[in-house]
Amino acid sequence: MIPLDHYLIVSAILFAIGTAGVFLRKNLITILLSIEIMLNAVNLTFVAFGRSLGTVDGQIITFFVMTVAAAEAAVGLAIIIALYRHRESLNPDTFSSLKW
Amino acid sequence: MPDTLIFYALSGLAILASALVIGQRNPMYSVMLLIASFGALAGLYIQLDAPFVAVAQIVIYAGAIMVLFLFVVMLLNAPQEDAAEWDRTHPLRQGGVGRFGAMLALLLVVQLAWALMRANDVSDAVSSRGDVATVSSVREVGRGLFTDYMFAFEATSILILVAMVGAVVLARQERGQ
Repeated sequence: MIPLDHYLIVSAILFAIGTAGVFLRKNLITILLSIEIMLNAVNLTFVAFGRSLGTVDGQIITFFVMTVAAAEAAVGLAIIIALYRHRESLNPDTFSSLKW
Repeated sequence: MPDTLIFYALSGLAILASALVIGQRNPMYSVMLLIASFGALAGLYIQLDAPFVAVAQIVIYAGAIMVLFLFVVMLLNAPQEDAAEWDRTHPLRQGGVGRFGAMLALLLVVQLAWALMRANDVSDAVSSRGDVATVSSVREVGRGLFTDYMFAFEATSILILVAMVGAVVLARQERGQ
């Protein structure tokens, strides 16, 4: 069977890809998608550890992470729509002032 | 043996799709690729004896959150960064902050690899402990959710209510503009 560290390595790679996306991309939607990748990497870790320890707690925490991700996506996308309405751009460098 | 093959195929698909997500110019393709990545992850969850999480992954992530993203991408009608902008802001062509971000991401990879190498209790087979019937049972998940995690479960409903109200307030068209 597959050892636990294989799952952890896959999860680490996915998390690093998500981090790179947040740091490198200049498109708000892609940045939010990268955050989703990171959340999913953590979910994989939770489920793998839960299976390895023989409990269902990891799956329950994953369920909570999913609901938080849904809330985060809803609020984040609403903010993106509001920002786009003001500046007609999705580049985060455009939004440099707190008040206008 | 087929288990191992399926594991490598699914994790390879997940990693490849995720890497392509952050390399796409058109957010529409990014969203589609991320759905593929989530599908592969759902397969991994099934391999980990977690059918509830696998179905929730498909229904909530691929079915709800990603459709929300698709709606916003289509609503904003700015699907493609133009080529000049892409060239100018391409991660590999900018110095300073962009390179610093790339370095931070690389540092994270090194740290994670180092931590995994140092951990010595993780090379057991993932299914060595626990009974498959217990771990994969949706009944056990529900029992945990409504006993040990009762407070967190109820707090989640308030979180979703607040997020819903917040999203409506933020995205509302302001009058008089």
